[in-house]
Amino acid sequence: MSTAHGHDHDHQVVPSDLTLRVKALESLLTEKGLVDPAALDALIDKYQHKVGPRNGARVVARAWIDPIYKQRLLTDGTAAMAELGYGGAQGEHMVVVENTPKVHNLIVCTLCSCYPWSVLGLPPVWYKSAPYRSRAVIDPRGVLREFGLELADETEVRVWDSTAELRYLVLPERPAGSEALGEESLAALVTRDSMIGVAKVAA
Amino acid sequence: MNGVHDMGGMQDFGPVHPEPAEPAFHAPWEGRVFALNQAAGAWRKWSVDAWRHKIEALPPADYLRMSYYEKWFAAVSELLVDSELATRAEIESGRPAPDSVKQVPVLSADRVPLMRRSGELSKRDDKIAPRFLPGHHVRARNMHPAGHTRLPRYARGKIGIVDRDHGVYVFPDTSAHALGEDPQHVYSVRFAARELWGEQASPRDAVYIDLWDNYLDPA
Repeated sequence: MSTAHGHDHDHQVVPSDLTLRVKALESLLTEKGLVDPAALDALIDKYQHKVGPRNGARVVARAWIDPIYKQRLLTDGTAAMAELGYGGAQGEHMVVVENTPKVHNLIVCTLCSCYPWSVLGLPPVWYKSAPYRSRAVIDPRGVLREFGLELADETEVRVWDSTAELRYLVLPERPAGSEALGEESLAALVTRDSMIGVAKVAA
Repeated sequence: MNGVHDMGGMQDFGPVHPEPAEPAFHAPWEGRVFALNQAAGAWRKWSVDAWRHKIEALPPADYLRMSYYEKWFAAVSELLVDSELATRAEIESGRPAPDSVKQVPVLSADRVPLMRRSGELSKRDDKIAPRFLPGHHVRARNMHPAGHTRLPRYARGKIGIVDRDHGVYVFPDTSAHALGEDPQHVYSVRFAARELWGEQASPRDAVYIDLWDNYLDPA
């Protein structure tokens, strides 16, 4: 919590009301035997360190080097991701949509913030924000411009509004100049934003 | 519910502000709230639909002001009370009532890697005939339920084409209010951007929305 005076002396920062209330709730639920603090630690560790966009990047890189895998991925995203070990919470039913020179895909959830956790981790604040949720469907090209991506008029933009329990992942275009790269190096090029559809992958 | 959460098509929220190198959680309490929602949800006392509706039902000004995990904190607190896992007095004091019986947590740390959630819990294998096939023209119903719905306002009354059938899922409008599962097909429906937004939209662009049978009529 900010204070009116400077921060050059060492009194403790007063915890916000919310910090205290969350602590109180955790303590209550622990004492009632409703939650196990070790499970809370494990959940936080999972989404801080284990599940994130590197998962999705591996899926994309595999699809780029293996046309048969790519076909499986576009036909049944859930099964093809499970082959690489990715599934579970907020990724049980995955649909992969492919960017091409003619089609650009963009993912949003206008009603809340549905997002493919199993391959991208937890969503960034901007994805959950009112500006993105409101404008991605009515002005996708304007939103993309704010991310520095200018699409040609001839390109078809497809926006996927995640209103049900399907979760979407964009398969970005493999960048020119990446022909010599192996799977690991390709995966390193793939960004979270390119798999949401607000960026392209650069070589 | 025609709530402020139904944001698709609104225009006055300003530009999108991406944050470079954003952490998973911006403060320790956010991580705790995230995990508390998962661990309390593991008791299966409420559906993901009920959980979403709890957030939508926040007063509009609060919904816009509160951060994402603040809303999650409010939702889990209310659902704990609704489901009688805790009382309001317990949540306000942070202390179990004297007559509270200690339980054994459903979610232990070793089960965290195996966790599944809403998608799997909402899919059904019921053999129900689809009302529509890919290629069919459909009109999203002009309906305004006062409770939970996943039919966004911007699609209501608009005509689209069924792109694919995703299979059978629980119907959120009833599930959120404990009125039964009413399982039915969900389709991805393609709406031309001009059908939704008129001449200002690109003639090439489209929005795909996942919609349940009950949201659609033949067109």
